[in-house]
Amino acid sequence: MKLEKLSASTILRNGTIIDPVAEKQFKADVLIEDGRIAGIGGQINHEDAKSIDCSGLIITHGFCDLHVHFREPGREDKETLATGSRAALAGGFTRVCVMPNTDPPIDTPEAVANIIDKARELPVHIHPIGAVTHQQQGRQLTEMGSMRDSGSVAFSDDGLPITNGSVMRMALEYGGMLNVPVINHAEDIDLRNDGLMNEGAVSTRLGLPGNPAAAEINMVHRDLELARTTSTRLHVPHVSTAGAARLIGDLKKQHDGISAEVTPHHLFFNDEDLLGFDTNLKVAPPIRSEADRQGLITAIRQGVFECIATDHAPHTTEEKEGTFDLAPFGMIGLESCFGAVNRILVNENDLPLMELIKMLTVNPRNIMGFDNDLLTVGEAAELVVVDTGAEYEFSRAHIQSKSVNSPYLGRQLTGKIHYTISKGNLAVVQ
Amino acid sequence: MMLKNRHLLGLEGYPRADIAKIIDTAFRFREVLDRPVKKVPALQGQTIVNLFFENSTRTRISFELAQKRLSADTVNFSASSSSLKKGESFKDTAKNIEAMKIDAVVMRHPTPGAPWHLTRFVDAVIINAGDGTHEHPTQAILDMMSLQERFKRLKGLKIGIVGDILHSRVALSNIYGLITMGAEVTLCGPANLIPLHVGELGVQVNHNIDEVIEWADALNILRIQRERMGIGLIPSIREYRRLFGITSERLDRHQKEIVIMHPGPMNRGVEIDSQIADGDQAIILDQVLNGVASRMAILYLLMGGQETKPE
Ligand SMILES: [Zn+2]
Repeated sequence: MKLEKLSASTILRNGTIIDPVAEKQFKADVLIEDGRIAGIGGQINHEDAKSIDCSGLIITHGFCDLHVHFREPGREDKETLATGSRAALAGGFTRVCVMPNTDPPIDTPEAVANIIDKARELPVHIHPIGAVTHQQQGRQLTEMGSMRDSGSVAFSDDGLPITNGSVMRMALEYGGMLNVPVINHAEDIDLRNDGLMNEGAVSTRLGLPGNPAAAEINMVHRDLELARTTSTRLHVPHVSTAGAARLIGDLKKQHDGISAEVTPHHLFFNDEDLLGFDTNLKVAPPIRSEADRQGLITAIRQGVFECIATDHAPHTTEEKEGTFDLAPFGMIGLESCFGAVNRILVNENDLPLMELIKMLTVNPRNIMGFDNDLLTVGEAAELVVVDTGAEYEFSRAHIQSKSVNSPYLGRQLTGKIHYTISKGNLAVVQ
Repeated sequence: MMLKNRHLLGLEGYPRADIAKIIDTAFRFREVLDRPVKKVPALQGQTIVNLFFENSTRTRISFELAQKRLSADTVNFSASSSSLKKGESFKDTAKNIEAMKIDAVVMRHPTPGAPWHLTRFVDAVIINAGDGTHEHPTQAILDMMSLQERFKRLKGLKIGIVGDILHSRVALSNIYGLITMGAEVTLCGPANLIPLHVGELGVQVNHNIDEVIEWADALNILRIQRERMGIGLIPSIREYRRLFGITSERLDRHQKEIVIMHPGPMNRGVEIDSQIADGDQAIILDQVLNGVASRMAILYLLMGGQETKPE
């Protein structure tokens, strides 16, 4: 990947534009001047503009990921805001929300401001998500109001579930007052027990302690009920079970403060992929059964999930080379995201490409309240140029993250990012 | 190579012909063990490391004896699990072994999958001597050998496995091996200690020990780990004995010829009564001797011992 400053004038020529706001697809050139969209139309002529040939390629909004872990501060050996930004660009993302489970966690207005400060000059937009509770200990609410004013777009203790229902209720009520979503890593830790993978026939075969689907379903159920009764905003992250998806679908009919995300890996893999004990597939919540995977795809068709979120979670090779019990939970996911979900949803399950693009662009932006009508003259250019038909084997060369804990290595993906344009930068991914 | 797979990691998917071949070879080594001079030069000049990340005196001694009987050179390496938790890298330990040019590694490790992991770093024959709650293939082979010795066949045998199936590597390897060899398996134990999805492995589950006794040709009685008591998994020893214990009164009531096995070490008076363990129906000490013979056969077949026939 090559990262350069955009020329004063750049024309994306002969591409096909997908506008997920107008829900339209059309052929047009895009003129970008001084980092802003200056024109969209057929055959734009501009003498000094640098021309980028986009024939056969799709041009659309830069992707937006509501759930990444960039490990700064504290574990800069795994990822930094800067290296994470490169990983985002390689995946076509121009905007990401970083989870607060750093060391120390992002649990004060000052810590939020620090992230905003460090991210200012980076080539993608980075929005901090603040911790719900002090030190993510699940007891004392953080100064959510001041943190929101400092730039926190949502609140979560992600990585750790908020086990105390009363605390969760207060967080939802407080978040509702501030009109920000609260995101709870939904696992009942007593039911999860010491589970290392999905409980099922495969965990039995491998002798690994199982984490039952009920651990997620139970916690999601509690959170949905709390959000409904308090009329507040809940965003359910990384849903892994068909059962939780069904509950979310049902509750959405009664209360419109609910949104939910699904990760590429819960759509791409099933627990049989763990038969070789690949620690890169050790994630929380775990990769579930094929029935759950199919249930998630069905739920996408039914509109249960607004968005795809990667839960990009870098870990060192040393840690992931440990035995299965000691290896930490998580995988990186930004670079492989589009190739994975495009293959599974569009190619294999006939989801319209427009729907997938919405799940990567306008829908997550709406959840966080980011402006979303990007294909408008005058808007700062946040675009991605992608070859949706390209089939290729995912390899180390595609990874820009500081960590390489990806189970997609060696897997066939469909859909390749060619260019990502963000904050006046041009990332030449291919 | 005398067996299809280079390593013995587990019995899931292990070829039937190879299990049969190991057992046949084990019977020939068993004859060696009955001679006055119990040693053959089959693995002379080969070095084996016994890598035990978890204590298991019985399994280690059985392997060591098998190695000595085959004239192999043996190194023992014991690492306490506490040093592992301190972050001493599994990979470093493996790389050290690799550097020492070892021909085979016998490994006991508390984590499922650790032997598979080891194959990524070490270019030696690897034999799984138990990986956590996953597999214990050599135990299952010696159990099958002992059954074959008694019944002259495995196909069609009805085997009950009794106890804490959820945490048992012995149970899982026995299930894989016995099903492959055409035996029928019924699991018996407290419902919370039998994996919910175990039926998909082709076994039956019956929580009534008396029905299982009536049905079975042999029972494999698993050790009840005392550390499982008091954390809600087993309400009490008294209750366990009443529902699942192989007591003399219970067997007397059935008036039935049934073979009793136990992988050891036993908790006499908990899962099995002394009178049963020491009685005529038990083949527990045959299992111990067959353990050495089986492990000799496995080492011999995997390490391609010089073609000195064991007879
Ligand atoms: Zn999470």
